[in-house]
Amino acid sequence: MIVLGIETSCDETAAAVVNDRREILSNLVLSQIKEHAAFGGVVPEIAARAHLDHLDTLIKAAMSDAGVKFAQIDGVAATCGPGLIGGVMVGMMAGKAIAAAAGKPFIAVNHLEAHALTPRLSDNIEFPYLLLLISGGHTQILAAEDVGVYKLWGTTQDDALGECFDKSAKLMGLPYPGGPELEKMAAQCADPGAAHERFPLPQPMKGRQGCDFSFSGLKTAVRAHVERFPNPAPKADIAALARSFQDTAAEIVSDRCEGAVKKFLSAYKTAAPTLVAAGGVAANKALRAALQDLCGRHGMSFIAPPGALCSDNGAMIAWTGIEKLSRGLNDELDVKARPRWPLDPESQKNRKTA
Amino acid sequence: MRIDTHRESDTENAARALAGRLRAGDILLLSGDLGAGKTVFARALIRVMTGDDNMDVPSPTFTLLQTYDAPEGTLWHFDLYRIKSPEEIYELGWEEAITDGIVIVEWPEKMGSLAPRDAVRIEFRTSPEAGRILTVTIPEKLKDRFSS
Repeated sequence: MIVLGIETSCDETAAAVVNDRREILSNLVLSQIKEHAAFGGVVPEIAARAHLDHLDTLIKAAMSDAGVKFAQIDGVAATCGPGLIGGVMVGMMAGKAIAAAAGKPFIAVNHLEAHALTPRLSDNIEFPYLLLLISGGHTQILAAEDVGVYKLWGTTQDDALGECFDKSAKLMGLPYPGGPELEKMAAQCADPGAAHERFPLPQPMKGRQGCDFSFSGLKTAVRAHVERFPNPAPKADIAALARSFQDTAAEIVSDRCEGAVKKFLSAYKTAAPTLVAAGGVAANKALRAALQDLCGRHGMSFIAPPGALCSDNGAMIAWTGIEKLSRGLNDELDVKARPRWPLDPESQKNRKTA
Repeated sequence: MRIDTHRESDTENAARALAGRLRAGDILLLSGDLGAGKTVFARALIRVMTGDDNMDVPSPTFTLLQTYDAPEGTLWHFDLYRIKSPEEIYELGWEEAITDGIVIVEWPEKMGSLAPRDAVRIEFRTSPEAGRILTVTIPEKLKDRFSS
């Protein structure tokens, strides 16, 4: 089974071709192929127009890289939500048009479900598993029971973790996107053991019941430290603050996940219990180390899919298409875009845009 | 009007006081640096207006926009931090929002000259004592409703 996947719900325009033997035949993300002449070095922007301008060329390139023709694929999958309606419509309509023209099934994909299913593409793991989704826009802990069946156990009450990294980095005067820059700066801290004592930061929610997160207080505390820096700020101070921030973030995530780990181990009796970290922030090494340590203490395996599959991409959409199509869960062509589309409808009452 | 707040609950009280006066068609522009309290204010306002104290109100920085249903109309919570040109607001449904919604905008500076004039403006600054100073500016045509 071969499926074409299309992603346009956020900043990225992406297309990929994947088969049911977990082979990624092509995986193109517009922002990562700036040097590609056909795309003219475009910087991604939020505008639906940007998706519209490049999607056709990108799909053609993905099909050609994979060496398949539309007649050879078994279905077309496109993100139909959640996200900005303009962007979602562009990818969804392109996907439906191709499906109709080629006479293939169309699969409407939930962007968050695609992140959630990525470890089954990258590491071939079985349900159920515990998933920590940490990105610029999302901070969620979910129990993944099956395709389409997720239990949301925790989410952020304010900022997403990636947003907190980016904004804290900005307050420290580091370039955007700040997460990787902050990690580099933290690595330059000369005395890591003393960083937190010099620049103490709060751990909102730590030790509280449940698995919810809160990060805006952390950002405000970073701001207070930065305001007390001499001008210009000594690099050693910035490095120490970055280190303290990163250590604190890792402790918070580990603390909040510990509740979920215990809950998972008591709720599901599986032979190989696994925690998966997905999303762009999962690339941070300090966070990975903290989660690895947490899993070690509880006899759980820890998996973080490779970076290219953690950030937004088309391969995860194509893979979700395969998972759904192989269960007969394809959609009619009149399926609608869903700007809000919670993975666990029971737990998110009124929020409209996930 | 100047409001001095010392803790998060003061900012929330200020938001509650304003919430009762907002009607469909109103626009609220929240300015101030990172961590100045804009989202805390917006969250309290949205919880009062939706009548749900536990409403999940995530930061819209990444999604750019979150909407909520309230008895007074749909609440449109924009965060323009990430947009690059003012015209991008039209792709976010701006015209629909201002027709009959109640619109809350963080980072209105990003709208440039497209920022509406008849809007309630609130500026957030941090005070030296770790509190916040909110400066509220009410446009002439809304003075009756907001100053009583």
